[in-house]
Amino acid sequence: MADATFLALTVITIGSAIAALEMRSLIYGSIALMGTLGGIAGFFLLLDAPFVALFQLAVYVGSIAVLILFTVMLVKRELIFKKIEDKRRKFAGIGLMLVVMISLGAVFLDSGIKTMITDEPPVDFRDIGADFVTYYWPALILMGLILAGTVTGALVLARREDVENDQRAN
Amino acid sequence: MTNELIDFILVSVALLGIGIYGLAVKRNFIRMLFAIEIIINAANINLVAFGRFLPHSGGQTLALFSIAIAAAEVAVGLSLIIVAYRMYQNVDIADFRSLKG
Repeated sequence: MADATFLALTVITIGSAIAALEMRSLIYGSIALMGTLGGIAGFFLLLDAPFVALFQLAVYVGSIAVLILFTVMLVKRELIFKKIEDKRRKFAGIGLMLVVMISLGAVFLDSGIKTMITDEPPVDFRDIGADFVTYYWPALILMGLILAGTVTGALVLARREDVENDQRAN
Repeated sequence: MTNELIDFILVSVALLGIGIYGLAVKRNFIRMLFAIEIIINAANINLVAFGRFLPHSGGQTLALFSIAIAAAEVAVGLSLIIVAYRMYQNVDIADFRSLKG
């Protein structure tokens, strides 16, 4: 059975996820997204993974959410407050969401993991560090290269000065 | 630990459903990025939850990799938004017709 902390975190996470998508203003939407990401960090704490929780707070709430806020600030004022969606699509989307939730939920509730609890001690974060430098070191190096490459690519894309002029010429 | 594995999985299924709804309904590029973030986080909860209940350190390790790659994905996504916004002065994906294959 879930405890009160879990239920509170669930309400915060799912409520702010819906708010992030449904709020009229993109700025409030991105702040609500911060709430979702923070709630998920709370779930990581409940799962005895404090290292991942702090990583989540530092990377997601600290940098990604702020990056999104800055991008929203670059967009025109009326676009921030304009909702772009059509009604028929919305009902289809809600139907799709319910189908996914009910079918996947039924599969999981019907499976053997329904009553899975554990009394084992949590994984020590020192094991994770050891994993990174022994078993996963090629992946770690590759990830560093990918990060460097993508961030450089993102900077080059965002700095392109010629895009605007080309478009104006057309 | 009083919480069961199925609780975490159900939360993650709910977040996945919300993310799919956002991707299907919203036409705002930035909102779609929000939906993608929610889906990625739903997957991360699953990784850490299974890693806790097995118990195995691989779940947390993969979650850390996933968070780092998601950060790179957001950086590229946001710079694409900025470029597209400069070209079209809009964030509606229906306006990005020249991107059609």
